[in-house]
Amino acid sequence: MFTITRGRLALVSAVAVGAVVALAGCASGDPLDEGNSSSSGSDTIVVGSQDYYSNEIIAEIYAQALENGGYTVERQFRIGQREAYLPEIESGAIDVFPEYTGSLLQALEPDAAGGTADETYAELQDALPDGLAVLDKADATDQNSWTVTQAFADTYGLTDIASLTKVTEPITVGGNSELETRPYGPTALKEKYGINIAGFTPVEDSGGPLTVKALVDNKIQLANIYTADPNIASNNLVALDDPDGLFFPDNVVPVVSDKVDDGAAEIINAVSAKLTADTLVALNSQSVNDQAAADTIATQWLTEAGLL
Amino acid sequence: MNLFASAIQWILDPANYVGLNAIPLRIGQHVAFSLVTVLIASAIAIPLGYLIGHTGRGRGLAVTTSGGLRAIPTLGLLTLVALWVGIGVVAPYVALTVLAIPPILAGAYTGFEAIDRRTVDAARSVGMSELQIVRKVEVPLGLPLLIGGLRSATLQVIATATLAAYVADLGLGRYLFSGLKTRDYAEMLGGSILVILLALTLEGIFALIQRFVVPRGVSGRLGTTPALRTGSATAAR
Repeated sequence: MFTITRGRLALVSAVAVGAVVALAGCASGDPLDEGNSSSSGSDTIVVGSQDYYSNEIIAEIYAQALENGGYTVERQFRIGQREAYLPEIESGAIDVFPEYTGSLLQALEPDAAGGTADETYAELQDALPDGLAVLDKADATDQNSWTVTQAFADTYGLTDIASLTKVTEPITVGGNSELETRPYGPTALKEKYGINIAGFTPVEDSGGPLTVKALVDNKIQLANIYTADPNIASNNLVALDDPDGLFFPDNVVPVVSDKVDDGAAEIINAVSAKLTADTLVALNSQSVNDQAAADTIATQWLTEAGLL
Repeated sequence: MNLFASAIQWILDPANYVGLNAIPLRIGQHVAFSLVTVLIASAIAIPLGYLIGHTGRGRGLAVTTSGGLRAIPTLGLLTLVALWVGIGVVAPYVALTVLAIPPILAGAYTGFEAIDRRTVDAARSVGMSELQIVRKVEVPLGLPLLIGGLRSATLQVIATATLAAYVADLGLGRYLFSGLKTRDYAEMLGGSILVILLALTLEGIFALIQRFVVPRGVSGRLGTTPALRTGSATAAR
């Protein structure tokens, strides 16, 4: 009898101690407070990425190059679209983030003029809030584009965006919800070019396989697909020319906080110098067509480029 | 709290009541889509559930399969089906039907199983055919649990039908996706509140239905095993 009670007591105290330990574990990490926990280690560089596989590959390349240079890196990948992560960068919770010159400029200054790649880059430098900077831009671009199928382009003799006015059937545009309100969205096509846009269909995968399939199935006729997407070549799609600069040039560019010192900046600039347009398509292709993981692709490329 | 106020403001804004993105239109699409989904799921799950409940065979299989169906992530299934059939409403219908089947199936066969065996035996001994037993005894007595299953399926579908907007211009999910992507949190929260209100309204309606479908003799015994000492005669008539 007595032993049973003692055994029970031991069990109860064991459970109680376990619960206390577990609760203490909960208390020390507030899951919503990522900002503070990541900036606690003052010599840790936080690398972030968009919720976009290609952006993650670039971020992983930065991260591995920095680690190779002796820096401690924390990865905050796949954060979301620009609307979600821009406040994080501005607040200083993230130190390095692969970005695209034109799109970032338009997000920061909706009325920006744009222009050539260099002009856009210069404008972006002025537009960045205090405490943030951009390092060298890479040659690689991953631009928004209005993309159609080869067959559709042949039927109507399409070459550039303006030639879409020649299309006689109603055009349904497909893409992420935010595309509808972007300055180059369906409204701009209607108002600026007088293109007959019949409607908008949301396909929330950022120009991914669902969008490509919808285009190939002719459920949508016009989609926003990024120019570095290997699907353009493999599915016989045509990214329409943009002679009027409806889309700003989107060179890959690292946005950095002032925690990135000269040594780290040098490492990242060395990466950007080797990142050409063809390189980026090849990197993306390894992810899309070969299903390779971002870190594998990054290590392999860095080794080949002599940066590891 | 400020965000909550702006969400309410968004719901009340007259600008959101015109055009192709009007709130009443989106609610209508959402409800119609959800109800059709539950109907399709019912057409599959109810006959199957009745068969299992009446014969007592295949229960193990049904439990495992519907448990497995429950574990399928709806967005993943939606994407998979959409890659196969293309964008549009078909993929969301398939994905959400899969979501709705398990609770309806469970409601159908547990409704039959919960009936006192003596009642069924009594029906059989007064000379009812198997079909008559199903129609006149098991279906009416099992109805409360079936409606319970339908209620839970409808609730899940209403809440998850927001995913239809992932591949189709349909339903209240459009507000969630576009609000999220454009940092218009008033729109996003407003859309969520509408989904919640819709779910609660349908819950209320189902609670009423559930009250009215209980056979007269069993009323007041909802949720417990309908032990049918007095009810059997009424229900079997």
